[in-house]
Amino acid sequence: MSNELRITNGKVYDPVNNIDGEIRDICIKDGRIVESVSDDARIINAHGNVVMAGGVDIHCHIAGPKVNLARKLQPEDHRLDPHPATEHTRSGVGGVVPSTFATGYRYATLGYTTAFDAAVPPLAARHVLEELHDTPVIDKGYYAVLGNHIFLQQLIKEGRKEELKEAIAWWLNACKGYTTKIVNPGGDEPWKGKKNSNVRDIDEKSDVFDISPRDIIDAFIDVADDLGLPHPPHVHCNNLGHSGNFETTIETMKTAGDRRLHIAHIQFHSYAGKLGENPLSAGREIVEYVNDHPNISCDVGQVMFGKSTIMTADAPSAHMTQAYTHTKWINADTENESGCGVAPYNYQEHVYTNALQWAIGLEIFLLSKDPWRIVFSTDSPNGASFTSYPKLIKLLMDKDFRNEEISRVNQKAMNKSILRELKREYTLSEIAIITRAGPAKCLGLANKGHLGVGADADITIYDDQEDKELMFNAPRYVIKSGQPVIEDHEFTTDYYGKTLHVQPEFDPSIENSLRPFFEDYYSIRFNNYAVSDHYLHDHEFIPLRKS
Amino acid sequence: MAETMILVPGRSSSQGTSLNEGKLKDEYKKVTSTAELNEKDMKRLKLKDGDKIRLKSDVGQTVVTCKSKKDEELPSGMIFIPYGPPSSELMASDTAGSGMPLSKHMEVTVTKAR
Amino acid sequence: MSEAAATNTPAKTKEENKNIKLVNDATCTFCGCVCDDMDLTVDTDENKITKAKNACILGKAWFFEHTIDHERPVAMIDGKEVSVEDAIEEAAQTLVNAKFPITYGLSDTTCEAQKQAVAITDLIRGNIDTTTSVCHGPSGMAFQGVGEMTMTLGEVKNRADLVIYWGGNPAESHPRHFGRYSVMPKGMFVPNGKKDRYIVLVDVRKTKSAGVANEFIQPKPGKDFEILWALRALVKGKKINNSIEKETGVSIETLENLVDRMKNCQFGVLFFGMGLTMTRGRHFNSGALLSLATDLNEYTHFVAKPVRGHGNVTGADNVVSWQTGYPFGVNFSYGFPRFNPGEFTTTDLLSRGEVDAAMIIASDPGSNFPKAAIEHMHKIPVISLDTKPTATSKLAHVAFATSTYGINTSGTVYRMDDVPITLRPAFESPFPSDEEILTAIKNRVHELVKAKRYRN
Repeated sequence: MSNELRITNGKVYDPVNNIDGEIRDICIKDGRIVESVSDDARIINAHGNVVMAGGVDIHCHIAGPKVNLARKLQPEDHRLDPHPATEHTRSGVGGVVPSTFATGYRYATLGYTTAFDAAVPPLAARHVLEELHDTPVIDKGYYAVLGNHIFLQQLIKEGRKEELKEAIAWWLNACKGYTTKIVNPGGDEPWKGKKNSNVRDIDEKSDVFDISPRDIIDAFIDVADDLGLPHPPHVHCNNLGHSGNFETTIETMKTAGDRRLHIAHIQFHSYAGKLGENPLSAGREIVEYVNDHPNISCDVGQVMFGKSTIMTADAPSAHMTQAYTHTKWINADTENESGCGVAPYNYQEHVYTNALQWAIGLEIFLLSKDPWRIVFSTDSPNGASFTSYPKLIKLLMDKDFRNEEISRVNQKAMNKSILRELKREYTLSEIAIITRAGPAKCLGLANKGHLGVGADADITIYDDQEDKELMFNAPRYVIKSGQPVIEDHEFTTDYYGKTLHVQPEFDPSIENSLRPFFEDYYSIRFNNYAVSDHYLHDHEFIPLRKS
Repeated sequence: MAETMILVPGRSSSQGTSLNEGKLKDEYKKVTSTAELNEKDMKRLKLKDGDKIRLKSDVGQTVVTCKSKKDEELPSGMIFIPYGPPSSELMASDTAGSGMPLSKHMEVTVTKAR
Repeated sequence: MSEAAATNTPAKTKEENKNIKLVNDATCTFCGCVCDDMDLTVDTDENKITKAKNACILGKAWFFEHTIDHERPVAMIDGKEVSVEDAIEEAAQTLVNAKFPITYGLSDTTCEAQKQAVAITDLIRGNIDTTTSVCHGPSGMAFQGVGEMTMTLGEVKNRADLVIYWGGNPAESHPRHFGRYSVMPKGMFVPNGKKDRYIVLVDVRKTKSAGVANEFIQPKPGKDFEILWALRALVKGKKINNSIEKETGVSIETLENLVDRMKNCQFGVLFFGMGLTMTRGRHFNSGALLSLATDLNEYTHFVAKPVRGHGNVTGADNVVSWQTGYPFGVNFSYGFPRFNPGEFTTTDLLSRGEVDAAMIIASDPGSNFPKAAIEHMHKIPVISLDTKPTATSKLAHVAFATSTYGINTSGTVYRMDDVPITLRPAFESPFPSDEEILTAIKNRVHELVKAKRYRN
């Protein structure tokens, strides 16, 4: 079989290369996009179709210990949504937290070909890598939760900056992560050690480590720049979900100055109002700050109505959810590294807070001046499952549809939002930016999110339909690394993508500081901690930025 | 004279070490067919260490060797035995829809075996 | 820092002996403690482990007794030695031609092997279940009902000032649990080790574990649920009827004192064993205990953890969950996974005589299951994979002798607290690994299924 492919007659949307709906050919050879192919190349006629790069999910929760706990927790959700095996693909279950095989196949059936799990403690690295390996079709990676690591907090406290850099570089190598993740900085210690309390202010000093959340964020930003990580610290700010938290979010962004920083699921951090009272929208304040600061990127973390599952390293926020729903709840502490909470949730249209959360996310999208930096996510499955992406795309592209939806939800919340006044409709090109080109750029993935020569041949071909939800729900073709995986809406082969990770250099003498800490405070041996390369299976390390 | 008691199978160190030698070996067989009884119960039933007793449940019966335990370690009316083929012989298969047979806390009658 | 590099350094001792190799930081997979601090001395001439520094009595037996049995054939059909290829063909044919084949066991093998087992079962549209169903399966069901407050064991080591063991006897079943994780170790916030902790043991028998406990509570057998529910009530400030003492054998005063300790500790832990799951009440008992821990989080930080048994039973839970969505008792007969304990759990399937072929991997239901289940195993073709002869391999139609995980083969194992660890093998075995046999069966099954199901 020829490894060459030519996609002809398709309407191509490739914003990186300034192609906006032109009919042109895409040539593929050996898994990459090339200038031209021979006459032997297989031809896919994309007449009447839209051709885009495969989608890139910058922030989701699809693998690892907390996902597996949430998966095990909800048999009632799986049984409603079976995922049968086919001749080519494995069986599984869907629902809000699908099995690994179903996760990969379902991302593919949305036209997504890359996804990053946003939070895994490094102690569970083998687990996440094994699950990611069992997640078919897509390329994948994960962010290592290091922001509340006790050892690293001690280094920050003692001002040992150089060692902090070496230690973080060591950790990213040891666990094969993609970047650092900071979740509710400073919040683990009061939760675990001070009877489930939490840090409330970005400048509140820990009485154990004598540093503030701001100190942690500041230190990690410097390290990411020093190491040249392709993606800056991925920050889940303090006070998630609390009324009035937008000030914390602004302060977090200000901490960066003009250095690179990514704010995760920013919708959940864009609430005005008084603590303990109903939230108000601060979507405009937040988006204006991001618009004005090109060093900041964020993903939206849109809420969609229906079932979701809260899963987060921010244990207090999961507890807050459970206090509201009184349903089952998981708390899971990882020694020295992280907290974790899981709680099933249901966003309801008639509930003021849920409707306002939905509106705030849309406000942020519609007020955004830079789709390259304000990118698409539902914090799947926290805001909604990734399977709701097509509907969210329709909300952004179709004002009439949006207005219908607005009329169906809690009107008190709509009266507190400017959503009704926002008439903007996203173009296909802008959708290509927020779902592909933008996230790839934020992640520093030079070969993804576009269709230029040299790019990975991860390509989606959609039927050009008026109803954008239908259109983005079922691509006609999905091509992964040059291999057609879905053809005429059916899987024609199984395919396993690769792990994406970084390998920053470090001075091995850092192990002299790490080893005693492990011996005293970890429950596994230092020599058994670092993950060997064979857990990566097929993989690619993404180059660091040149300083 | 038969007396009804509660049989509690469980793990023990010797059960754990002997199963590593091999479950078809003599040591494992010996360990898993030695039951512990309360010393007062043994006296009442006129049993001494090393005697054979017959345990009988609704589904089966087995003969094991008995061994006395002090009153404070094992309450009267309770028998402990390391997991193994003899305890399986007595185990009912109903799981009450849980997948788990009642593997501890089994009602058995005890008689001296001749 | 690569594990592979660390594994493969057959550091010869400085003395004269060239046939001795040391494997440091090896992992013992006998029980759920999965201790990864074993320093093994291996006699490479005899292919056996001669010293296992840090191992407990069970671990020593595990390491010393797993030697190579040159007499044992790698593969047998009906008790007669055959080639591995023939046995794989027979196993694959048996599974593909069965109407209701089941896969069971998996707790004493690597995650890599477990994945192959799930793949086979998916292909043959069979039923997969693990020893979890007769261990902490009820706790898994309780978890699905109420959730769980959980932690890795290092948190206990670093923080726990109140440790309660309920319905378990770790001194004999998990001998290093006290020393390594929960009672003795000096931790970050409990610098004086045991002196900084208060230890409670709740059991119907005064076991060897009572030795470390500051307090021993001995309820009447089968009354765990009543006591746990009374504790929940007391935690919430409700009154308890005096009859509780007569009912359970535990006084109100004892319960009130315990509640007082639980609410006022800094970081409390409830470890629980099969004394809860295997007795009357089963998942209700586990659910009551998990709920008690959850309730206590309104007052302080409190966690609960089943003390899991076999080396990698926790890995089996994880692998089956991520691949199928359900932790055990999973049926693929409709072409996708379904979960129903009591229906798709192995004790029930065998006892009711519903299945017509069984593949048993690294476990021995032939000696541990209820009588009716064992009787049915004698009537159907059984395929077994085991490192030593067992009652199950004895009755098997196709029996594979495999190498021992953690001693002969590497791979991944999950500790009882879901921490994954990579094994460092000590010496090579002439026997294939479970993963190798299962992969070969899977490949053959795949061919047969394709021909049968998709090429007509």
